[in-house]
Amino acid sequence: MKFSEIKSSLKNKTVGIAGCGGLGSNCAVSLARVGIGKLVIADFDVIEESNLNRQYFFFDQIGKYKAPTLKENLLRINPAVSVEDYVIKLTPKDIVELYKDCDVIVEAFDKAEMKEMIVETVLSEFPQKQIVCGVGLAGWGGNNLLRTEQYRNLFIVGDRSNETSEDNPPLAPRVGAVSNMMANVVLEILLGKDK
Amino acid sequence: MKITLNNNIEVIETSEDRLTINQLLQIKKYSFKNLVVKINGELVKRDSYDQAKFKEGDKVDVIHMISGG
Repeated sequence: MKFSEIKSSLKNKTVGIAGCGGLGSNCAVSLARVGIGKLVIADFDVIEESNLNRQYFFFDQIGKYKAPTLKENLLRINPAVSVEDYVIKLTPKDIVELYKDCDVIVEAFDKAEMKEMIVETVLSEFPQKQIVCGVGLAGWGGNNLLRTEQYRNLFIVGDRSNETSEDNPPLAPRVGAVSNMMANVVLEILLGKDK
Repeated sequence: MKITLNNNIEVIETSEDRLTINQLLQIKKYSFKNLVVKINGELVKRDSYDQAKFKEGDKVDVIHMISGG
């Protein structure tokens, strides 16, 4: 498929991204670069200096809300993308409301209980929708431990075991790898398998 | 009881014909706090772990959610 054909089939697609941290910001940037039609992004948090080791923000954006700032950055990369941004701590009700028209949903939360909540919400409220979820990305190295597993309409991407903690922080290379693997799964869902 | 657990064939040591998700978590000593559970592709919500049952030949997924994003 030529890039022009890829862009024209992605133009009509909407991807919902829940969380604009390490997974969400990097995944959104990749999807914007390839010409996704619309992104619905949500995050309640503001950018801190400690986020810049992996999240797609800049030093002069510290203190701003992540969702609208990510929108700014995405539009600087590709002004053709339509971005809906929400500063909100998502509840199951919000997820249904904000993501009901999305073709695919990307789970990009930090906390395990939020990951469980969104997967449970999407699988029970939208049994036909595909959800891509990041699980296990802390530390560095171990490229070949990163993998994608499919459970019908649920895709789990990551090493499945490295939880973030004080001694096992998330870092740009591995978080970037997982978030781009997630974006890659989104393309497979939207365009069909290529490889 | 032979089932497919997390995409691998596994034999669960039990004399029961049917097991609940909570029984499986005990037998496997899974102590993860945050889980997504499916039986034959259907989501089992957390409040049904004591009722939802599976049997020989079923496909069970117990997906451990861990923090990081």
